[in-house]
Amino acid sequence: MASVLINVPERARRGEIIEIRTLVSHPMETGYRRSQLGAPIPRDIIRRFVCTYNGTEVFRAELHPAIAANPFIAFSTVATESGTLAFHWTGDSGFAVTESAAIVVE
Amino acid sequence: MARLDDSIRSLVRRVGAALGAIALAASVFAGEIPPADRRSGYEFMSRETRAMQDDDTANPGLLWVLEGAALWKGKTGAAGRACADCHGDARASMKGVAARHPAFDAARGRPVNLEQRINACRSDRQQAPPLAWESRELLALTAYVTRQSRGLPIEIAIDGRMQPFLDAGRAAFDRRQGQLNLACRQCHDDNWGRKLAGNIVPQAHPTGYPLYRLEWQGLGSLERRLRNCLVGIRAEPYEYGAPELVDLELYLMWRARGMSIEAPAVRP
Repeated sequence: MASVLINVPERARRGEIIEIRTLVSHPMETGYRRSQLGAPIPRDIIRRFVCTYNGTEVFRAELHPAIAANPFIAFSTVATESGTLAFHWTGDSGFAVTESAAIVVE
Repeated sequence: MARLDDSIRSLVRRVGAALGAIALAASVFAGEIPPADRRSGYEFMSRETRAMQDDDTANPGLLWVLEGAALWKGKTGAAGRACADCHGDARASMKGVAARHPAFDAARGRPVNLEQRINACRSDRQQAPPLAWESRELLALTAYVTRQSRGLPIEIAIDGRMQPFLDAGRAAFDRRQGQLNLACRQCHDDNWGRKLAGNIVPQAHPTGYPLYRLEWQGLGSLERRLRNCLVGIRAEPYEYGAPELVDLELYLMWRARGMSIEAPAVRP
């Protein structure tokens, strides 16, 4: 069960710089560890995070094994128009989560 | 020969006197922390880690709270009942519950912690198998229930039935254990605020459990933390749910009475 916490301001003025914060539940297993019996634990990480604003990509991040579990990603964008911010996390073993948040620009 | 004996004897006397003085000094410093000096582990943390705990959108513990809220409403077990079917809205019904645990359970005749209470409810009312210790589901439910007590003072009711268990917990806190021969009290009452390697020794008040430890990269219960501490002093840790651990939890909660619940906390 993947859970996500997203913080996007509900309202913003046109042209305002807004901060967006996201937190996603994920173990971020590095692939370098071994189990107590010595068997390698396969890598299981989020590879990519993309944020689109009304369909236009505004932010993208590539994630690597050294990033801690439950990655917290914060970034900013310019509020241009009312609409939807969509967030996509994709990773190993078919991990794919999509969330969206609405924003009203005045 | 006689002179040598005398000098050895006087040396022994002097060493004995010095040891006695140290023991006296230790007994002066030892003892419980006065209420005004009690501090949550939060106050020993860096500014960054405090900010992480305070901001509900940055605190990873909230992910478990979110999952717990979903589990609260989910029907499970042979009875096909959800927690919400009996208890309703957790924001009202679970308010202050975590601040009262461990609490006396008449059926077991001893105090039980919140995890044991949740599992008892599962097996008795929902007729579902108990959740494993430290499993994601049990932590999520505990975090969700504890979250409803955030900001409330810890209130452990001690009556005649609870007193022997509180005394046992206090005795465990005072007892030297493990290959390092250390008692909890030696660090957390006598030397709090000083450094153990690079870390500040906190006062060990369980105000934030279950909490997100950056070292664990996940949420963990108070029992996990206690077992960690026991391994740290090279003692054999008790099993999860062992009466000794619950007694110690009871003493720690009683020791922190009046302090505010801050779960899910973040700790380094």
